Amino acid sequence: MIRNNDSISKTLLVAVSLCFFCSAVISFTAVSLKDIQEANVRLDQQKKILASANLLDENKTVEELFTSIESKIINLNTGKYDSSVDLASFSERDFARDFDTSITLSSEQDIATIKRRENYQKVYLHYVNNEISAIILPVRGYGLWGTLYGFLALESDLKTIIGLEFYQHKETPGLGAEVDNPRWKALWEGKKISSETGEILISVIKGSVDKTSKTAQYQVDGLSGATITGNGVTNLLSFWLGDLGYGPYIKETLNEKEVADV
Amino acid sequence: MSKAKEALLNPIFNENPIALQVLGICSALAITGSLYPTLIMCVALTVVVSFSSLLVSLIRNHIPNNIRIIVQMTIIATLVMLVDELLQAFDYETSRTLTVFVGLIITNCIVMGRAEAFAMQNGPWLSFVDGFGNGLGYSIILILLAFIKELLGAGTLFGIEILPLVQNGGWYVGNNFLLLAPSSFFLIGLMIWALRAWKTEQVEVPQYKIAKNSLESEKGA
Repeated sequence: MIRNNDSISKTLLVAVSLCFFCSAVISFTAVSLKDIQEANVRLDQQKKILASANLLDENKTVEELFTSIESKIINLNTGKYDSSVDLASFSERDFARDFDTSITLSSEQDIATIKRRENYQKVYLHYVNNEISAIILPVRGYGLWGTLYGFLALESDLKTIIGLEFYQHKETPGLGAEVDNPRWKALWEGKKISSETGEILISVIKGSVDKTSKTAQYQVDGLSGATITGNGVTNLLSFWLGDLGYGPYIKETLNEKEVADV
Repeated sequence: MSKAKEALLNPIFNENPIALQVLGICSALAITGSLYPTLIMCVALTVVVSFSSLLVSLIRNHIPNNIRIIVQMTIIATLVMLVDELLQAFDYETSRTLTVFVGLIITNCIVMGRAEAFAMQNGPWLSFVDGFGNGLGYSIILILLAFIKELLGAGTLFGIEILPLVQNGGWYVGNNFLLLAPSSFFLIGLMIWALRAWKTEQVEVPQYKIAKNSLESEKGA
């Protein structure tokens, strides 16, 4: 049974028809599963948002719990809420990529190594009895192998941390990926992001925090074997809480609160 | 033993792809920290290797010899992408844990090896069974590894606490080394040793023999 499989025409025919068939199968699956996959990603993000603010409850579904959360778009330059941007279609990645809606960071500015920063961000507010009890801010920055994406939840004083949760990262399993370890995440609760004068001090240190020292309230134990990931987390928090990140928003919100209190 | 039965059962102990051929080690090292993701990985690999063997065998008489490897790769890659898409849709959490390792099934030598060595020469049914058997052989080693690693490393099985850890107020001190990838080298090594002690025909003939020390041989003479 000697066939002439090795002729050029047969080779091309097999190659082309195989490619055509395979790409058709993949495209069909990808398109038909897209909705379910996107719903999964959305649900996972909502779960992380809730987890960062300690709001997860095993007896309730994520959708139910998420009804207590309001999302709003802010302008990162002015620090004010901005309703001109459509909430539903907002995507930080698209905005950061577009030159019209983002700024390029110089190397001194770009401590979190994100290259471009969008001018708008979506923040999440959690209300208890019509009062804000938690403000959840998306943060991101480079670790060891890739960018860590997460949420930082602050109390309404915008100074005390409730929790920090990453929903996407590429850190080493067992070492840097321990940023997902519940025991490590629990260390963040109650830490302060800044001093009385507003200086951003929060950091992940190498080794354990000396609990008696004055700076202990701004420090979190490092993960052993993951110094670079720890530095990455410190950098991304310093960036996002600083003047180019949520700094203006934090000032604006605190001012408004003072006015309201008076 | 019928041919099909042989193709199915041989790869489990007699010609285990991991223990005898030492193929597919990459994922065996990396994702065996806990049982559930390992189980999903095993299912994924078994599905891919069974169906890639079947498909390659179906079109084996039409594959031009000079592009046969790339044809096999295309079929394997298509199946892996399908599995990956399905996982992302129906078991998102696990697909997050397995990350890149599902995609890496494409380069798993077991899949490629069965397509090239078996499916190119045998009929579709036999190839399918052979692929399935090899998937089982791979799974049995991985599940054993994950069982040992999760139980002694984290004190749990499928995330359920078996040995209460000291950190959680129990008595067991978890062996953190077992949660890291390199521990699999030791465990796979021990398994190969055990298997070859049981099935001595798997022991390889040493490639070199060290010559006698010349001084001693002179003394003897």
